[in-house]
Formats: sequence, structure tokens, C-alpha cells
Amino acid sequence: MADTAMTELETFRAETRAWLEANCPEEMRGPIRDEEDVYWGGRNAKFKNDAQKSWFEACVAKGYTVPAWPKPYGGAGLAAGEAKVLREEMSRISARPPLSSFGIWMLGPALLKFGTEEQKVHFLGEIARGEIRWCQGYSEPGSGSDLVSMQTFGEDKGDHWVVNGQKVWTSYADEADWIFCLVRTDKSNKYQGITFMLFDMTTPGVSTKPILLISGNSPFCETFFDDVKVPKDQLVGEINRGWDVAKYLLGHEREMISGAGGGDRTSAIGAAMLRNAGELDPMLRAELAMFDVDALAYGAMGEKFLDEIKVGKGHPAQPNMMKYVGTELNKRRHELFMSAGGSSALEWDSEETDGGKPSRGWLRTKANSIEGGTSEVMLNVIAKRILDLPGA
Amino acid sequence: MPLYYNDDQTMLADSASQFMAEEGAIKKQLRHWRDTDCKDGFGHELWKQFGEMGFTGILVSEADGGLGMGHVEAGIVMEEIGRNLTPSPFLTSSVLAASVLGQASDDLRGRYLPGLLTGDSVFAVAIDEGAKHRPERIKTRAEKSGNGFKLSGKKDFVIHGASADMIIVAARTSGSEGDTDGITLFAVPKDASGLSQDAVRLVDSSIATHMVLEGVELDGDAVIGEVDGGRDILNRMLNAGRIGAAAEGAGVARGAMDMTIDYLKQRKQFGKLIGEFQALQHRASHLYSEVEISRAAVIKAQQLLDGDAPSAELMVSVAKAKVGRTANLAVREGVQMHGGIGMTDEYDIGLYMKRDRALAEFLGDANYHAERVAQLSGY
Repeated sequence: MADTAMTELETFRAETRAWLEANCPEEMRGPIRDEEDVYWGGRNAKFKNDAQKSWFEACVAKGYTVPAWPKPYGGAGLAAGEAKVLREEMSRISARPPLSSFGIWMLGPALLKFGTEEQKVHFLGEIARGEIRWCQGYSEPGSGSDLVSMQTFGEDKGDHWVVNGQKVWTSYADEADWIFCLVRTDKSNKYQGITFMLFDMTTPGVSTKPILLISGNSPFCETFFDDVKVPKDQLVGEINRGWDVAKYLLGHEREMISGAGGGDRTSAIGAAMLRNAGELDPMLRAELAMFDVDALAYGAMGEKFLDEIKVGKGHPAQPNMMKYVGTELNKRRHELFMSAGGSSALEWDSEETDGGKPSRGWLRTKANSIEGGTSEVMLNVIAKRILDLPGA
Repeated sequence: MPLYYNDDQTMLADSASQFMAEEGAIKKQLRHWRDTDCKDGFGHELWKQFGEMGFTGILVSEADGGLGMGHVEAGIVMEEIGRNLTPSPFLTSSVLAASVLGQASDDLRGRYLPGLLTGDSVFAVAIDEGAKHRPERIKTRAEKSGNGFKLSGKKDFVIHGASADMIIVAARTSGSEGDTDGITLFAVPKDASGLSQDAVRLVDSSIATHMVLEGVELDGDAVIGEVDGGRDILNRMLNAGRIGAAAEGAGVARGAMDMTIDYLKQRKQFGKLIGEFQALQHRASHLYSEVEISRAAVIKAQQLLDGDAPSAELMVSVAKAKVGRTANLAVREGVQMHGGIGMTDEYDIGLYMKRDRALAEFLGDANYHAERVAQLSGY
């Protein structure tokens, strides 16, 4: 049995390798260098070049923008083992993701679990084909870590709600087509008074305002809702039970931020630092070595975590642990980049630093342990749900 | 291969867990042998039970009468040993020695493997010279003598050396200190003339020896593996021992952590269970994260070693370094969170602290292996 399964996987590996060879252009292999290298899709999306376009289109046709989703929803219906092989083969040639989107990472998993068949076919298909770019309306000015205290309110008007309120830290709201949004529909019930709504960002009454961050960039927005009409069928799950969807989705968000899927956050950096700097101070070298031990060990944890998820092993609250460790590690990584770079890493807009990439990137990582649940909240969740400590 | 146990491995883990919790328990083994001033530091009866369970032959090939399993399976037993602080010659005999005896001559395999399988024989390894693990600087020499060799030198930190029927000694047959080649492994019988050992009790109640080899004469067939080509076989043994020690360390960390978290749920101060205090909750959660990651690094390295992957050596050092730091954190937090009672001999948490210290030093501490990670990564 096991041998047959192994042979089938090896056949799949050979086929995948040949397919990638034929369909992944040379320019689409290698690390992501700037924002334009990431293709987010959506109504206003533009391809950086023909290679990016052809790679994206080949993946859409094959279902490889969302390989593990079922075929009717735009995926390739790959089994766990096959998805892992595809990941390994893409990583072997450093193939870039054909499509990045909050639809894939966050809304998609929630729809797969809570959506109606009609919603799955419609919304998941749009996500898989990169037609609609989504943003997430969760945090509010008065509701950060204490998310459930949120106040944005949807007044019941029979066949629709009228939504008023404000969201904050809405990633790329100014470029998104649709929003998945937590809206209070019952003020008397804290947890069971929230509805998970979906609506078009061009609906009258929706406006966005970018927030300038310490990095000098504005990836996040404030999002305002002023008498926004949302039809009653544009919800996921049940009315007033949106918190269940939100929590489930947060698990996926934490997993995404943790970098558990591999990539930069789980790789060693010492050798690259030596190449860039020419030489390393002994103390810095020692710090890099300790970092690499932690990063490579975390890489093994990421692999184990994904393997276990597929077969339902592992603790359901484990994404919180992954998020905590992954983000703390990423902050440390960028502190080391800055140390190794010395004064050249301080340059804010020079051509040599590609517009201050080291320093802006370093500042950006400080949000990692805040967004999607702070490190302190993650530690609270581990204490309560995994360690079962009293009163937590 | 997925990074979790398959069905057979899960069964082995269940039986090892039950066996060690019953037969290898702290009171029954570690405290008993310590308090009766045992010269071995472990019980031979228990070692024979290891034989009956089949544990002793996990890394021995089926052709030689063993189970022909790999480092994942050996690590399962090691982790349970760590959780229960069970003193036994498993790491030195069934992991270190067994990892290379399979490559020895028919004669050596016939002489030593049957006794290992039944738990009648105990083996040790003599690698270190001086207080720190520096296998790249072996000075002990083996000169050609007739159709055999004559060994001279000093070895330290030979765990179970005084109890061993045979000690695998790493000695230089050519080149000078620091050369990567020229190391050969020898099977030295306990009664070899010119071999003397000075036994010392260590902080964790295990017994090690300082060993002196004064012109110890051995036949050519005492060589394990190739003459001079020994760096490969030495590395093979070191990789096995290091990942075994890392698995045991992961068990020590888990044992200390579990005990501490239980205590947080029982001890009351200021009218509350101390586990209700966020200051302690966050530290416990951090420790949990580190322990989980360490265990992942260990199983990854074990699988790579079992698959003979080129990256295995790097991952073994990652695992040994990561576990070294994590187990150290676990025992320090363990004693601190237990408060005053953690300082008493009556309470077991201090025993975890002592075992961790000795185990961390064995076959290279976290600093040694982090340095190795840097070198193997090219910086």
C-alpha cells in the first residue's frame, strides 16, 4: 500500500517538474525583489511584465493558484501529499507565487468551511482566477487586541443592513475591490451579536484613507462606512454568529503571518550576511549562528505543523504558537540585517538601498507581532487553550 | 515523509512511554541507585529488561539479530528516558556503539552484538580529551605494531566507562592534531592491558571516567570501519549520538515543563492558584513554544539521518543546539517557578536540572553546535 502511494507521488513529482519547466518562465524564478514582483490580482491589477502574466495564466488554467482547493472552486483538488510535492518542487526552482491574496489566505478557508455552495462557486472562483482583490475589516480605533468590543453597526432594514462605523489597519483597502467585514448586528450580545458581511468597496458610503507608518509607507488604511447598504444575503454563516467565522479565519491569518509555509522566515541568514558584508564581527557572527539555529528549527516546526494539520493531528490552537514564534523571529532577523548592514542600512531613499529597503523593511516587521493578534495575546491563548492554566 | 510518527512508531512510543514510566521511574531507578551509591549509576536488571523489550537492538540490523530500525525509533526510546530521567547505558551502547558496530568485522559483530541485544553487555565511547568536546582535535595515537596497533593517550568524560565491557576509542593513526583525516575507531576490551580508568561521579549521579591508555596493544581486527578513513565513521557515530542526546534532552525539557505546569495548577499564593498570574502564564507559554520547536528539529534531523540526506549533519547540530538551549530554559524556569520547594532534594525538579547540565555537555553543547551550524552553512 505505502509503496504504491509512494510511487504515485513520485510520478506526480516527475509530472509537476516537467510542467513547471514548461510553464514557469525564468524571470518568475528567484526571490521577490520589490512590490511589483507580487501579483495581487483584482479589477485594477496590472502585470509587471509578460512573464508574470503567462505564469499567472498558466497557474489559473491548471488550478495552481489554489492547488488544494476543489476543482469546482477553481483549485486543482490536490491531496495533501501532492500539494506538498508541488510546494517542494516550486521551492526547488524558487518559483514565485503566481497570485498573492487575502482571498486565498484568509477569506477562502473561511468560505470553504462556512460558505454556501453558491458562495463557494462564485467567490472562490473569483479568488482563484485573481478577479477580485479582498481586504479585511476587523480592527477599529477602540478595538485592537480586544477585537470583540467592536462597534461598527449594521441596522436591520428588512432585506438589507445599513452599516455605519469605522475600521482601521485595513491592509490595502485603497486597492481592494471587496471587503470581508465584522459588523455588529446585536448590541445586547457581545460574542453572538456580530455578523460576517461581504460587500463591494465601490458601494456608496465606503471611503478609505491611507495611514502613513514609521516605515514611510502606507500599506494600511482607515476605512469609513457612512450609511452603506449591504443586502442580507451577503453574509457568511449565520446572522449574529460571525465571531465563529472570524475566529476561524484568524487562525489562518496567524498561520500566514507566522510564515509556517516556509520561505524567507524559515531560512538561515548567516552565509548571506557574510557575502554582503565581506566580514563579520565575532559577536555578530555568534548572534547569527544562534539565530540560524532558531530559524532552521522553526522551519522544521513549520513543516511539522503543516503535515499535522493535513491529517488532523496537532493542537487546534497551535497556529497561535506558530504566529508568536514566527513573528518574534522575523523581528530578530531584521535587527540582524540592520546590524550587519551598518551605516549603509540606514539610508532612507538612496538608489543603492533601492529606496531604503533595509530600514523600511526593518520598521515594517515591528508590526508582525501586533497585527493579527499581539504576541502577548498569543501567549494568553497558549496558556488557556493548550496549557489549560487556571483563570487564563 | 511527514514529520510525525507512523502507526508502528506510535505503537513503539506508547509502549516505551508506559515501560519507562513504570520500570524506569525516578524513584525506582535514579534515586535508588544514587542513594545506594551504586558504582554503575544504573541498574543491570533494567538494562536486561531493555533487551527483552527489544530496545537494545533498535539500530542493529535484522541480519545481526536486531530490529533494523532507525534514529526516529531510537529517539522515541531516548525521549522517554529523558522524561523519566531513567539511568541506563542505552545512549552509549545502543545508539553510539550500535551505530558503528554494524560496520565492524564479522568477528567483532559476533563478539559484541549478542550481549548488547540481551542487555548483558554495556559499551562506552571515548572521544573527548579535556573538559570540552573537541573531536576535531584528537591527540590519542595508535601506532602500527606488528599486525595490530598500540594506543597511547588520555580520554575524559567516558560515560559508563567503568561499567563497560568494551569501549570504542577514537585515536589518530596518521596526521597531526586538527587534521580531518587519520582518525580510526578501535574496540578496546575492558581488561586490555595498559588501560586504566579513574571513575568519578557527576552532578547528575552518572558515572564517568578519566581514561589513560598506556601502550594498549590491539589486534588489527579491533578496528571498526577503515583505518585512517575514520573521520567518516567517527562522524557517523557522532551524528547518531548527538541526535540521541538531543532526543533525550527534548524528553528532559518536556518532563521538567510538565512537572512545572502541574505545579502552577496546584500551588496557591495570595489566595489564588499561581497559574492564574499572567507573569507566569506567559513564561510557561513561551517555554511550551520552545519545547515544541525543539522536538520538531529533532524529528527532522532523525528523518534526514535515516534517509542518509546530505543536510542531516547540519540539522543534527541545529537540533542539538536548539534542544540544549530549550532544556536549559525548561529546568531554570522549572526550579524558579517551583520556588523554595524547587531547591529541595526531595522534589524531582532539581534532578532534571542536574541531568540537563550533564546531557547538554555530552557530545557538544549549544555553543559548540551553533558554531558548527555557522561553519556548515559557510560562514
